[in-house]
Amino acid sequence: MNWKFAITGVATLCLFVGAGTVLSPASVAQDAKTDAKTLKPAASFQSIASERERSVALFQEAGKVIQHPRCVNCHPATDRPLQGANMRPHQPPVFRGDGGMGLPGMQCTTCHSAENTPVVGQADTIKSIPGNPAWHLAPIEMAWVGKSLGQICQQIKDPARNGGKTMDQIVEHMAHDELVGWGWNPGAGREPVPGTQAEFGELISAWVKSGAACPAS
Amino acid sequence: MVTFTLNGQERTFDGDPDTPLLWVIRDFEKLTGTKYGCGVAQCGACTVHLDGMPRRSCVTPIATIEGSDVVTIEGVSGKEADAIKTAWAGLDVPQCGYCQSGQVMSAVALLQMVPKPTDADIDGAMTGNICRCATYHRIRAAIHNAANSMEG
Ligand code: FES
Ligand code: FES
Repeated sequence: MNWKFAITGVATLCLFVGAGTVLSPASVAQDAKTDAKTLKPAASFQSIASERERSVALFQEAGKVIQHPRCVNCHPATDRPLQGANMRPHQPPVFRGDGGMGLPGMQCTTCHSAENTPVVGQADTIKSIPGNPAWHLAPIEMAWVGKSLGQICQQIKDPARNGGKTMDQIVEHMAHDELVGWGWNPGAGREPVPGTQAEFGELISAWVKSGAACPAS
Repeated sequence: MVTFTLNGQERTFDGDPDTPLLWVIRDFEKLTGTKYGCGVAQCGACTVHLDGMPRRSCVTPIATIEGSDVVTIEGVSGKEADAIKTAWAGLDVPQCGYCQSGQVMSAVALLQMVPKPTDADIDGAMTGNICRCATYHRIRAAIHNAANSMEG
């Protein structure tokens, strides 16, 4: 890189906007990008003295996974799943059906198989059909679309809306469930959720141990 | 080597395990009734029955169907298939015909699962089968006719 040019460029920018910052917009964008792709380890939250604040911060970090389109797309608020990073309605138009597995004659397994399936000779926009042995929609009481992270947090703790799970079972589900794990292995052409499932499981476990406090919004 | 049943006969395929079932059916088995429309599970032209359920053969790698039973438009049979065939001919459902083997395979599967489908059942099952000639109204009517003919 031509440093002289870069430094002059930053100086010019600061002068122009009249701001005191020395961070270039490019480096800020780069940090935000890395941040969106990784999870902070659960242990790094120990420095937060207040247990309640620590708990909220742990859940907010886990929220980077929970609120990712890979997860939310199959927690729709209607009977139709969403699709893609821009969370558009699923094409073809498919609907929930029994057990979230689609309607008779058009079940998830009409197109989705037990594994992500690369497609042959296609445009760059579709590289694979996603798949997993447990492929199905989350039940309607677990709808996340349109909810804030705080609302999703309350929902996850409520046995009436979490499939009757105890908090231990929630930790187990987040850390080991196969379909949850698909989020980290979504197939070619799809952005995975941040971090690893193990790191995510540790965040949820630490959140539960610290009292499972929820963000206000 | 993958071994499967195609329209009642045992077949093997020894090529690339990622080869889509549609390629095997058309290029190797020379059964060209099943059509290629999109290759990405968006149109339904390639629909076959895999172990009795409708399945898009364009997104089905051959390696995943070891031991399975595949039925195509050439081999589909039974009372639902007969009723659909008669109803389709009775209303002259196809226009260009390109989508129709997929439509028929989906319609037969629907009747096998829901013998007397409502309009909503038909919408639900046929939503993934696109017809560029827009024969949808005749498809719907023919499915109702087929269901009525099977009664009693
Ligand atoms: S060719 Fe398989 S769905 Fe279009
Ligand atoms: S009859 Fe022409 S595409 Fe359906």
